[in-house]
Amino acid sequence: MLNKVNKVLLLNNLLNIIFIYMEKNSTTRSSLSEAVYKNVGLSRNESSTLVDLVFNEISKSLIYGGDVKISSFGTFIVKSKNERIGRNPKTGEEVPISARQVVTFRPSNVLKSEVAELSNSNNLNSENN
Amino acid sequence: MSLIKSQLIQNITDLNPHLYIKDVERIINTIFSEITKSLAEGRRVELRGFGAFSVQHRKARIGRNPRTGAAVEVEEKYIPRFKTGKELRIKLNSSTNSQPSKPSTDEAQ
Repeated sequence: MLNKVNKVLLLNNLLNIIFIYMEKNSTTRSSLSEAVYKNVGLSRNESSTLVDLVFNEISKSLIYGGDVKISSFGTFIVKSKNERIGRNPKTGEEVPISARQVVTFRPSNVLKSEVAELSNSNNLNSENN
Repeated sequence: MSLIKSQLIQNITDLNPHLYIKDVERIINTIFSEITKSLAEGRRVELRGFGAFSVQHRKARIGRNPRTGAAVEVEEKYIPRFKTGKELRIKLNSSTNSQPSKPSTDEAQ
Protein backbone atom coordinates (compact mmCIF):
# COMPACT_ATOMS: atom_id res chain seq x y z
CA MET A 1 0.00 0.00 0.00
CA LEU A 2 1.39 3.36 -1.00
CA ASN A 3 0.98 6.26 1.34
CA LYS A 4 1.37 9.86 0.27
CA VAL A 5 5.07 10.13 1.12
CA ASN A 6 5.89 7.07 -0.93
CA LYS A 7 3.94 8.40 -3.87
CA VAL A 8 5.81 11.68 -3.74
CA LEU A 9 9.14 9.86 -3.55
CA LEU A 10 8.20 7.69 -6.49
CA LEU A 11 7.23 10.72 -8.54
CA ASN A 12 10.48 12.42 -7.64
CA ASN A 13 12.48 9.40 -8.69
CA LEU A 14 10.63 9.19 -11.95
CA LEU A 15 11.24 12.85 -12.69
CA ASN A 16 14.91 12.38 -11.86
CA ILE A 17 15.18 9.45 -14.23
CA ILE A 18 13.51 11.43 -17.00
CA PHE A 19 15.78 14.37 -16.31
CA ILE A 20 18.95 12.26 -16.41
CA TYR A 21 17.77 10.61 -19.59
CA MET A 22 17.22 13.98 -21.27
CA GLU A 23 20.57 15.24 -20.01
CA LYS A 24 22.29 12.35 -21.72
CA ASN A 25 20.82 13.18 -25.08
CA SER A 26 20.93 16.90 -25.23
CA THR A 27 22.11 19.93 -23.38
CA THR A 28 19.64 22.71 -22.74
CA ARG A 29 19.51 26.11 -21.16
CA SER A 30 18.94 24.51 -17.78
CA SER A 31 22.13 22.45 -17.98
CA LEU A 32 24.05 25.56 -18.98
CA SER A 33 22.70 27.55 -16.07
CA GLU A 34 23.49 24.64 -13.76
CA ALA A 35 27.10 24.80 -14.96
CA VAL A 36 27.18 28.56 -14.42
CA TYR A 37 25.70 28.07 -10.95
CA LYS A 38 28.45 25.59 -10.07
CA ASN A 39 31.36 27.49 -11.62
CA VAL A 40 30.58 31.08 -10.79
CA GLY A 41 28.79 30.92 -7.49
CA LEU A 42 25.72 32.98 -8.30
CA SER A 43 22.28 31.83 -7.24
CA ARG A 44 20.48 29.33 -9.46
CA ASN A 45 17.96 31.98 -10.34
CA GLU A 46 20.49 34.55 -11.36
CA SER A 47 22.54 31.99 -13.27
CA SER A 48 19.58 31.13 -15.41
CA THR A 49 18.70 34.80 -15.97
CA LEU A 50 22.25 35.46 -17.12
CA VAL A 51 22.32 32.51 -19.50
CA ASP A 52 19.14 33.88 -21.09
CA LEU A 53 20.67 37.34 -21.22
CA VAL A 54 23.77 36.11 -23.02
CA PHE A 55 21.73 34.53 -25.80
CA ASN A 56 19.41 37.53 -25.95
CA GLU A 57 22.37 39.84 -26.43
CA ILE A 58 23.80 37.62 -29.16
CA SER A 59 20.39 37.48 -30.88
CA LYS A 60 19.99 41.22 -30.63
CA SER A 61 23.33 41.81 -32.30
CA LEU A 62 22.42 39.39 -35.09
CA ILE A 63 19.00 40.96 -35.59
CA TYR A 64 20.46 44.43 -35.86
CA GLY A 65 22.93 43.31 -38.43
CA GLY A 66 26.12 42.52 -36.60
CA ASP A 67 28.07 39.29 -36.77
CA VAL A 68 29.05 37.76 -33.44
CA LYS A 69 32.54 36.40 -32.89
CA ILE A 70 33.25 34.22 -29.90
CA SER A 71 36.93 33.42 -29.93
CA SER A 72 37.81 29.73 -29.68
CA PHE A 73 34.15 28.87 -30.25
CA GLY A 74 33.00 30.26 -33.57
CA THR A 75 31.41 33.09 -35.52
CA PHE A 76 27.75 33.73 -36.20
CA ILE A 77 27.38 35.49 -39.52
CA VAL A 78 24.25 37.12 -40.90
CA LYS A 79 23.84 36.60 -44.62
CA SER A 80 21.33 38.26 -46.89
CA LYS A 81 19.76 35.95 -49.42
CA ASN A 82 18.31 37.29 -52.63
CA GLU A 83 14.82 36.50 -53.78
CA ARG A 84 14.66 33.41 -55.94
CA ILE A 85 12.17 31.13 -57.59
CA GLY A 86 11.68 27.93 -55.68
CA ARG A 87 9.56 24.97 -56.59
CA ASN A 88 7.12 22.99 -54.56
CA PRO A 89 8.71 19.56 -54.90
CA LYS A 90 5.37 17.82 -54.63
CA THR A 91 3.43 19.73 -57.25
CA GLY A 92 6.26 21.20 -59.31
CA GLU A 93 4.61 24.56 -58.88
CA GLU A 94 6.85 27.62 -58.96
CA VAL A 95 6.84 29.64 -55.76
CA PRO A 96 8.76 32.85 -55.17
CA ILE A 97 11.04 32.71 -52.14
CA SER A 98 11.41 36.23 -50.84
CA ALA A 99 14.71 37.85 -49.96
CA ARG A 100 15.62 37.02 -46.40
CA GLN A 101 18.36 36.98 -43.82
CA VAL A 102 19.86 33.84 -42.41
CA VAL A 103 22.40 33.11 -39.71
CA THR A 104 25.30 30.84 -40.51
CA PHE A 105 27.72 29.52 -37.95
CA ARG A 106 31.39 28.99 -38.65
CA PRO A 107 32.96 26.85 -35.96
CA SER A 108 36.43 27.85 -34.84
CA ASN A 109 39.32 25.48 -35.30
CA VAL A 110 39.29 24.75 -31.59
CA LEU A 111 35.66 23.64 -31.70
CA LYS A 112 36.19 21.69 -34.91
CA SER A 113 39.10 19.75 -33.49
CA GLU A 114 37.24 19.07 -30.22
CA VAL A 115 34.35 17.60 -32.18
CA ALA A 116 36.65 15.74 -34.56
CA GLU A 117 38.11 13.93 -31.56
CA LEU A 118 34.75 12.27 -31.24
CA SER A 119 35.51 10.41 -34.45
CA ASN A 120 38.95 9.41 -33.15
CA SER A 121 37.49 7.90 -30.00
CA ASN A 122 34.82 6.14 -32.06
CA ASN A 123 37.48 4.79 -34.36
CA LEU A 124 39.47 3.54 -31.41
CA ASN A 125 36.41 1.77 -30.10
CA SER A 126 35.52 0.16 -33.38
CA GLU A 127 39.07 -0.80 -34.26
CA ASN A 128 39.67 -2.33 -30.87
CA ASN A 129 39.43 -5.94 -32.00
CA MET B 1 30.23 45.79 -37.47
CA SER B 2 30.59 42.74 -35.37
CA LEU B 3 30.23 41.88 -31.74
CA ILE B 4 33.21 40.13 -30.24
CA LYS B 5 33.42 38.24 -27.00
CA SER B 6 35.03 41.04 -25.00
CA GLN B 7 32.33 43.49 -26.12
CA LEU B 8 29.62 40.97 -25.24
CA ILE B 9 31.15 40.67 -21.77
CA GLN B 10 31.17 44.46 -21.46
CA ASN B 11 27.52 44.77 -22.56
CA ILE B 12 26.37 42.21 -20.05
CA THR B 13 28.35 43.82 -17.28
CA ASP B 14 26.73 47.16 -18.15
CA LEU B 15 23.31 45.56 -17.78
CA ASN B 16 24.30 43.99 -14.45
CA PRO B 17 26.24 46.65 -12.54
CA HIS B 18 26.40 44.48 -9.43
CA LEU B 19 28.59 41.91 -11.18
CA TYR B 20 32.32 42.13 -11.72
CA ILE B 21 33.60 41.92 -15.27
CA LYS B 22 35.62 38.86 -14.15
CA ASP B 23 32.41 37.08 -13.15
CA VAL B 24 30.73 37.84 -16.45
CA GLU B 25 33.78 36.63 -18.30
CA ARG B 26 33.60 33.44 -16.31
CA ILE B 27 29.89 33.03 -17.07
CA ILE B 28 30.41 33.40 -20.80
CA ASN B 29 33.42 31.11 -20.85
CA THR B 30 31.47 28.52 -18.89
CA ILE B 31 28.57 28.67 -21.32
CA PHE B 32 30.68 28.17 -24.41
CA SER B 33 33.00 25.57 -22.93
CA GLU B 34 29.93 23.65 -21.75
CA ILE B 35 28.50 23.72 -25.28
CA THR B 36 31.86 22.58 -26.67
CA LYS B 37 32.06 19.78 -24.12
CA SER B 38 28.59 18.54 -25.00
CA LEU B 39 29.33 18.50 -28.70
CA ALA B 40 32.65 16.77 -28.10
CA GLU B 41 30.69 14.02 -26.37
CA GLY B 42 28.34 13.84 -29.33
CA ARG B 43 25.36 15.42 -27.61
CA ARG B 44 23.13 18.07 -29.13
CA VAL B 45 22.74 21.46 -27.51
CA GLU B 46 19.26 22.92 -27.84
CA LEU B 47 18.62 26.52 -26.95
CA ARG B 48 14.94 27.27 -27.40
CA GLY B 49 14.42 30.42 -29.42
CA PHE B 50 18.06 30.75 -30.36
CA GLY B 51 19.04 27.60 -32.15
CA ALA B 52 20.53 24.15 -31.84
CA PHE B 53 24.06 22.88 -32.14
CA SER B 54 24.52 19.33 -33.28
CA VAL B 55 27.25 17.02 -34.47
CA GLN B 56 27.08 15.68 -37.97
CA HIS B 57 28.83 12.65 -39.31
CA ARG B 58 30.73 12.79 -42.59
CA LYS B 59 31.45 9.47 -44.22
CA ALA B 60 34.90 8.52 -45.43
CA ARG B 61 35.15 9.23 -49.14
CA ILE B 62 37.59 9.36 -51.99
CA GLY B 63 38.44 12.96 -52.63
CA ARG B 64 40.66 14.45 -55.28
CA ASN B 65 43.53 16.79 -55.09
CA PRO B 66 42.13 19.56 -57.26
CA ARG B 67 45.54 20.51 -58.55
CA THR B 68 46.86 17.10 -59.57
CA GLY B 69 43.63 15.12 -59.83
CA ALA B 70 45.16 12.41 -57.68
CA ALA B 71 42.68 10.39 -55.63
CA VAL B 72 43.00 11.05 -51.91
CA GLU B 73 41.32 9.14 -49.15
CA VAL B 74 39.32 11.41 -46.89
CA GLU B 75 38.67 9.87 -43.49
CA GLU B 76 35.28 9.89 -41.83
CA LYS B 77 34.81 12.81 -39.51
CA TYR B 78 32.40 14.69 -37.31
CA ILE B 79 31.60 18.35 -37.72
CA PRO B 80 29.71 20.83 -35.55
CA ARG B 81 26.52 22.28 -37.03
CA PHE B 82 24.22 25.10 -36.04
CA LYS B 83 20.58 25.46 -36.97
CA THR B 84 18.89 28.78 -36.29
CA GLY B 85 15.89 28.61 -34.00
CA LYS B 86 12.43 29.58 -35.14
CA GLU B 87 12.11 32.67 -32.97
CA LEU B 88 15.46 34.10 -34.05
CA ARG B 89 14.73 33.33 -37.70
CA ILE B 90 11.44 35.20 -37.52
CA LYS B 91 12.97 38.16 -35.70
CA LEU B 92 15.79 38.39 -38.24
CA ASN B 93 13.31 38.90 -41.01
CA SER B 94 10.73 41.06 -39.29
CA SER B 95 13.29 43.78 -38.70
CA THR B 96 13.93 44.21 -42.43
CA ASN B 97 16.55 46.84 -43.21
CA SER B 98 18.24 46.41 -39.86
CA GLN B 99 18.12 49.58 -37.84
CA PRO B 100 20.89 49.66 -35.29
CA SER B 101 19.54 52.98 -34.03
CA LYS B 102 16.55 51.35 -32.41
CA PRO B 103 17.60 48.44 -30.19
CA SER B 104 14.62 46.65 -28.67
CA THR B 105 14.45 47.22 -24.96
CA ASP B 106 11.68 44.78 -24.19
CA GLU B 107 14.05 41.86 -23.74
CA ALA B 108 16.49 43.62 -21.50
CA GLN B 109 16.21 42.12 -18.03
